[in-house]
Amino acid sequence: MTRYIRHAAAFCVLLLAALLVNAARVQIVQAPSYDANPANRRPEIARYQQPRGDILVGGETVTGSRDTSEHLRYERTYADGPLYAPVTGFASQEYGTTLLEHTEDGVLSGTDPMLIPFPLWHDRARGRGPGGDVVTTIDPAAQRAAYRGLGRRKGAVAAVEPSSGRILALVSTPSYDPGELSGNGAAATRSWARLNRHPDRPMLNRAVRQTYPPGSTFKVVTAAAALDARVVRDVDAPTRSPDPYTLPGTRTRLTNALRGCADASLRVAFERSCNTVFAKLGVDVGVARMAATARGFGFNDTDLRIPFSVARSTFDTSVDRAQLALSSIGQYNTRATPLQMAMVAAAVAGGGQVREPYLVERTVRAGGGTVAAAGSRPVRRAMFPSTAARLKQLMTDVVENGTGARAAIRGARVGGKTGTAQHGVDNSGVPYAWFVSWAQGHGDLEPKVAVAVVVEDAAADRADITGGGVAAPIARAVMEAVLASGGGRGEG
Amino acid sequence: MTKAGSGITAAAAADAPAAAARLPRRRGVELSLLVLAVLLSVFGYCDVGLAQHGTIPPGAAGYGAGLGVLALLAHLAVRLRAPYADPLLLPIGVLLNGLGLVLIYRLDLETPGDRAAPTQLVWSTLGVALFIVVVLLLRDHRLLQRYAYVCVAAALVLLTVPILFPAVNGARIWVRIAGFSIQPGEFAKVLLAVFFAAYLAANRSALAYAGRRVWRLQLPTGRVLGPIVAVWLVSVGVLVLERDLGTSLLFFGLFVVLLYVATGRTGWIAVGLLLAALGAVAVGRLEPHVHGRIEDWLHPFATIEAGQGAGQLAQSLFAFAAGGMTGTGLGLGHSVLIGFATKSDFILATAGEELGFAGLSAIFLLYALLVERGYRAGLLLRDPFGRLLAVGLASIVALQVFVIAGGVTGLIPLTGMAMPFLAQGGSSVVTNWAIVALLIRVSDCARRQYDGRVAP
Repeated sequence: MTRYIRHAAAFCVLLLAALLVNAARVQIVQAPSYDANPANRRPEIARYQQPRGDILVGGETVTGSRDTSEHLRYERTYADGPLYAPVTGFASQEYGTTLLEHTEDGVLSGTDPMLIPFPLWHDRARGRGPGGDVVTTIDPAAQRAAYRGLGRRKGAVAAVEPSSGRILALVSTPSYDPGELSGNGAAATRSWARLNRHPDRPMLNRAVRQTYPPGSTFKVVTAAAALDARVVRDVDAPTRSPDPYTLPGTRTRLTNALRGCADASLRVAFERSCNTVFAKLGVDVGVARMAATARGFGFNDTDLRIPFSVARSTFDTSVDRAQLALSSIGQYNTRATPLQMAMVAAAVAGGGQVREPYLVERTVRAGGGTVAAAGSRPVRRAMFPSTAARLKQLMTDVVENGTGARAAIRGARVGGKTGTAQHGVDNSGVPYAWFVSWAQGHGDLEPKVAVAVVVEDAAADRADITGGGVAAPIARAVMEAVLASGGGRGEG
Repeated sequence: MTKAGSGITAAAAADAPAAAARLPRRRGVELSLLVLAVLLSVFGYCDVGLAQHGTIPPGAAGYGAGLGVLALLAHLAVRLRAPYADPLLLPIGVLLNGLGLVLIYRLDLETPGDRAAPTQLVWSTLGVALFIVVVLLLRDHRLLQRYAYVCVAAALVLLTVPILFPAVNGARIWVRIAGFSIQPGEFAKVLLAVFFAAYLAANRSALAYAGRRVWRLQLPTGRVLGPIVAVWLVSVGVLVLERDLGTSLLFFGLFVVLLYVATGRTGWIAVGLLLAALGAVAVGRLEPHVHGRIEDWLHPFATIEAGQGAGQLAQSLFAFAAGGMTGTGLGLGHSVLIGFATKSDFILATAGEELGFAGLSAIFLLYALLVERGYRAGLLLRDPFGRLLAVGLASIVALQVFVIAGGVTGLIPLTGMAMPFLAQGGSSVVTNWAIVALLIRVSDCARRQYDGRVAP
């Protein structure tokens, strides 16, 4: 019997060997593929095991983390959620991340390799570092002013510092509270459904992700092209432009809202926002040079990231002369984001140069050490400095004598341009009210802020929709806030 | 052990009477190992608390004292009544039981509404009490031989009783009385092992040599083979009715192993494997419950591809994979994601995730050592009943570990069974303590009568 007992024992050894080999297969050989299986919730659990780093505005955190003691332990909270939603985006356990929460996720969640002091040991210990913080360029006063100014209307505001490209305000209304989406429970699901169903699309970041026909505010670009191309040599010399202007090759007659546009000088045409003059100027400049100037301001750029991507603003380059005429007054296929129009104003204010806008000043470790700081940004030359100087004067005139009077700030030099953009089939939609502007404080060497405001107010009386009436006061409030807070550099 | 033992006895046999050739008692070794086992369990308990809350759990001292007292009482019983018993059996039982309590306590922290560790502690105490009773009262294992038919009757009754009770989670193997639930089939394992051992010991020669010859297989007479095949068929049939697949597989394996060891006929293994294959194919085809299990085994990620999330086996594999080589550390894994049966059938996944491949191998080796000590006692014993009993009990442990560990790691289709000592389950813990008690008894006998030779 001894022999058979030994055989049975050998059989048991075989069973044990099978178990050990199989365990090694599962735990070591196959482990990476099991770990990477999308149905494996462990990475998700590890992600929410620790509080997320914070996003800072003006030295204060606008985000936080709440310990839910659940499986996915920490949930995102937002102070002033609707105010900063176009900057922060949301960080949801169920629906992922957007905007800064998305692009800076590595730093905030602690997985960014830059945050880890000893990477080799770290891999061994399977941990993750504490999340770092993201310091934004937003000026809280400007942000609040813009948000309050838009109020219950639908629209957006973008403000940048011309000398650096720092984004000082990014507001979109109606907004939403990203905190409603933080968790993964029924409440988050309901909020998600409600926000997505909402006809006003509150989760749309209108300041950077929505393009509008820029209307008359695009005349700044057309004027820059005309001056750079020396189609106009003297801003006070009469242009040879009829009123009304028949679009080349068509029988469509373009008219103006105000009188006195026939053969008006560039200065007068700019003040009165003469469609006829600028449509003809665009045709005279030609599509190639118009497109080159538009590109200089940032149009047709698909790669702009602030660090999240910005919708492409377009200036159509395959157009006939009639279409070019319409394009040159910000209609037809010309479309721009509010941020793009703020860049247009910033280019004028910045002596013809426009810097790529950015939103993240620096990222810091939990201990306070800087991980990365915003370096110098690429500079585009939008126009000659002399052209910029002349446009600056034209824009100042608009505020001092023209349609942008409601943007004037006592003790500061303000330049602006109004716009009322037609849209919809046969221009049947309620027009968008635009205002782009910049402001230079009394003691400042250069303009401190450039702003673009768009209001798409469906409820307003059609006659009221003029950039000067609706949008300019909002721009003024933002510019005042920046000038008051010391040129936007204030972080406390 | 054999080599060392032979050396000692060879030297001793030269100038000492046979009585002096007994193996050393080694009770001190047992006590030291017990202290180690209790300390390891208490450390594990503290580790869980530190990992989860940053503090040593308030019950650590009580837990350690409780486990220590149980171990000490068991040790005293062994010292008193089975002084020659194998010194490894009891410490392995205590360590596995202690580790099981740690793992269950650790999982309890994730399911505050459903605490299983206190109940498991009560059952463990009952198990150790049964161990002490068996060691104290059963002076000679051969006594059991006389009660073989009582055992088989009791086993069949225990197996059939749950049919009268409602099914729990698809299996009709539970008896619920006054809030306590018992799995009578667990106890039936030991009783059936006793019966198989006794019957085969009494009829080995008849089984081996009589009867007709079919092709190359020498069949025993129906009169000899009939009763045991009947018992086996009834028990497996009942278990299939109750859908207790693991236990039916266990009984089948136990029967084949003992038949082989008793008769030495390789043919039995072939017949056994053939029957097993036929049975498996038939049941796998016809029984939807079993069919589902086999489908899960073949395609553990089918539910994920169907967009329904990870199934239980997939979650188990994720847990093992998350452990990797060294594990996440006690209290730091997420095997609770497995959901239902984390503390019972899938307890090994928690061990695999939090202790890693290293810890899992150590646990497998502890079981292997337990089985090996059982087999060794069988080799040393002189009486066929004792030998078959030792082999049978050890095989129960080996097969059980293989079936459940192979199931949760995807080696074989999953069948619901309790990991000996580790898993939540009162009947299982008590049964396994009874198995260790019987092994202590046979190993005491084996080492007491040992004279330097291994029986033929």
